[in-house]
Amino acid sequence: MSISRRNFLKGAAGSGVLLATGAPAAQARMSKELPPEAVGLLYDATLCIGCKSCVVNCKRANSVPGGALYKEGLVPAVADSFLCTKSEKNAPMTPPYETSGLKGNEGVWDAAQDLTGNTLSVIKVYKNGTGLQKDAAVNGHAFFKQQCLHCITPACVSVCPAGAFRKDPHDGTVYYEAYRCIGCRYCQIGCPFNVPRYEWGAVWPEVRKCQLCRHRYQEGKYAACAESCPTGATIFGKVRDLREEAKRRFAMKAGTMYEYPIQTLGSTFTNLRPSAAYADRVYGLTEAGGTQNLMLSGISFDLLGFNKDIPSSALPDLTWAYIAKIPWVFLGVFLGGTALHQITSRMNHSDKEGRHD
Amino acid sequence: MIDFTRYAGARVGGTINRLLDDSHSRHLGIKLDTPFTRLLVALIVVAFAVAVYRIAFGLGASTNMTDYWPWGLWISFDVLGGVAMAAGGFIIAAMVYILNMKKYKCIARAAILNAFFGYLLAAMSICLDIGRSFVIWHPLVMWQVNSIMFIVAIHVVLYTTTLGTESSPMVFEKLGWSRAMGRVNRCMVGIALFGVLLSLLHQSSLGAVYLIAPSKLSPLWYGHYIPYMFLVSAIMMGLAMVCFETILTGKVFNHNPPRDVLEGLARGVVMMGSLYLVMKLIHLFTGPGVGYLLSSGLLGVLYLLEVVVGVAIPVVLLVRKESRKNLDTIFVASILVVLGVLLNRLNVGVFGMSSYANRMGADYFPSAMELLLTMGMIAFAILGFKLCAKYLNLFPETHH
Repeated sequence: MSISRRNFLKGAAGSGVLLATGAPAAQARMSKELPPEAVGLLYDATLCIGCKSCVVNCKRANSVPGGALYKEGLVPAVADSFLCTKSEKNAPMTPPYETSGLKGNEGVWDAAQDLTGNTLSVIKVYKNGTGLQKDAAVNGHAFFKQQCLHCITPACVSVCPAGAFRKDPHDGTVYYEAYRCIGCRYCQIGCPFNVPRYEWGAVWPEVRKCQLCRHRYQEGKYAACAESCPTGATIFGKVRDLREEAKRRFAMKAGTMYEYPIQTLGSTFTNLRPSAAYADRVYGLTEAGGTQNLMLSGISFDLLGFNKDIPSSALPDLTWAYIAKIPWVFLGVFLGGTALHQITSRMNHSDKEGRHD
Repeated sequence: MIDFTRYAGARVGGTINRLLDDSHSRHLGIKLDTPFTRLLVALIVVAFAVAVYRIAFGLGASTNMTDYWPWGLWISFDVLGGVAMAAGGFIIAAMVYILNMKKYKCIARAAILNAFFGYLLAAMSICLDIGRSFVIWHPLVMWQVNSIMFIVAIHVVLYTTTLGTESSPMVFEKLGWSRAMGRVNRCMVGIALFGVLLSLLHQSSLGAVYLIAPSKLSPLWYGHYIPYMFLVSAIMMGLAMVCFETILTGKVFNHNPPRDVLEGLARGVVMMGSLYLVMKLIHLFTGPGVGYLLSSGLLGVLYLLEVVVGVAIPVVLLVRKESRKNLDTIFVASILVVLGVLLNRLNVGVFGMSSYANRMGADYFPSAMELLLTMGMIAFAILGFKLCAKYLNLFPETHH
């Protein structure tokens, strides 16, 4: 059997086409800049009283058409996935409350214990020793909130093979388009904050996470958790302003009287009280390259159970370093392989001739 | 033998007759109705039932995976392990068709077929592992070039097709379709080259999947070089797998494995094993360090098991030229290498990714259904290989 050079060149031409289709990849690299009108939340754990009003209102606000928990039924979801379309759904839906196996709770009230496929944000409690003093690491207690932090360069967006996770180029919210999703759960591996949750019990499951109530912006509303927070522990605003506010609070001397805005930054409603002693850092300024949601706490975030190994640079860069080499592998294999084939063919040939002599 | 021309007409029946003709492999003495084959069939039937249950009732009902363990046995063993086991196919194809090493031609068909089954196994498992199995084609139309998973998906599809094409001359030969066979054979160098390219990228990209998780994967395995470690270990394992399978088929079927071929493959295992060992050591000393290794409990033990038993001991066993002449030594060493790399994939996919689950106090052990499905997949690969050995001319040089 002999392989003509022409067949080889055909193969090489084919690789050239593939190389060319690899070219748009160079422009697809993810932005590391904060979007111009980026919005976010500032959660100040020292103001939180653990009423969980945010958790339950989050569920209500997201169980309407367009919301992150909204699911009309199995059949339209399957059909959407097959047709690669996003259909308009508008049938009503009851908020998916967690019973958490508690006696007497038949879905009447929400008993969320952790982020799940039905819970986009959750308030948890830290307790140590007697637990008497608020925001003290020893013999104290504290509340803390978990939800999607809306990374500036989100790992979930970069890892999704079908582009089901997206980042709005304008307001920077990271959202999910279920009809694209194949359910590989690489987003759960990729997210350093372990935020995306899966509908394990569902036959046609979705990935669930906070989408910053982006479906409410058109009506002039904002994140439901901030809207329902009575103390101003969660406030909504522009990320650039929230950063200033967080840094200002963090730099304050403990006990300084401060007018904490309620609901939104710059709100006329305020909560006048002495500031607590902030610990650690403003969470979200550098984590994984920075996030749009920021957090302040009286207790270090390590103690609250947050992952302490998260790098301070954008995670998608780590995989981009590998992906950027792929076109060169194409080139190298085809050139190197062709050359080696030619050389070894000739060597074999001359070997045989040598034997004939 | 049943004459199918009586039931299906001359044309179709004749084709079936030709396919079922096993006269050329009679010297191999392959019997189909054995207790082992019955066990394989039973496992496949059970796995099929599990697959149906999984599709009908979802992942939560059939597996023990949770939000704390999003990937379990199916990804780390079936997909990561199955693909690594299949690395022999592209290496042998490269050696025979690109580098013109003619002496390995006698094992090329078996090695490529083995790889084909490895990839089928991985593809079927990933199809059941993803939550929306029926839209597994989405990445192929919804390109997302930042995603390693997208690259993995494209490569699985392309390379499984490539392996099928590389194996197709066997079937064409059996059917007597000489023109189709000639066409595929004429393009074989190009196909092999394409296969090498896809394999290099695919083997390494399975490691690159974990690049995004520096804060989750234990530093014992995480490193910027993890794609290259996956590639080198897969090549090492691919060569060992071909050794193992050649000696095993020699033992089970009545034919003598070619000795000089096995010696050459064993030398390859030593070379790749040494390279991998050096990479592992450099990674250990520049990354987590020996102190971290010794203080990390179970993970440290698993790491040592993988490196010492799976790499160092086989390399020592095979490093002398005389020991490579002993088929039993090669057999034992290649089994150790295969088990070692499989353990490495489990370490990366399950044990090393446990930090968050540990913080949350969540356990994972594969459910009965996960285990049964994996066993059925392995049974499928073994039975498929056996059937091909019986009905196709899998060892072309040995029966002449």
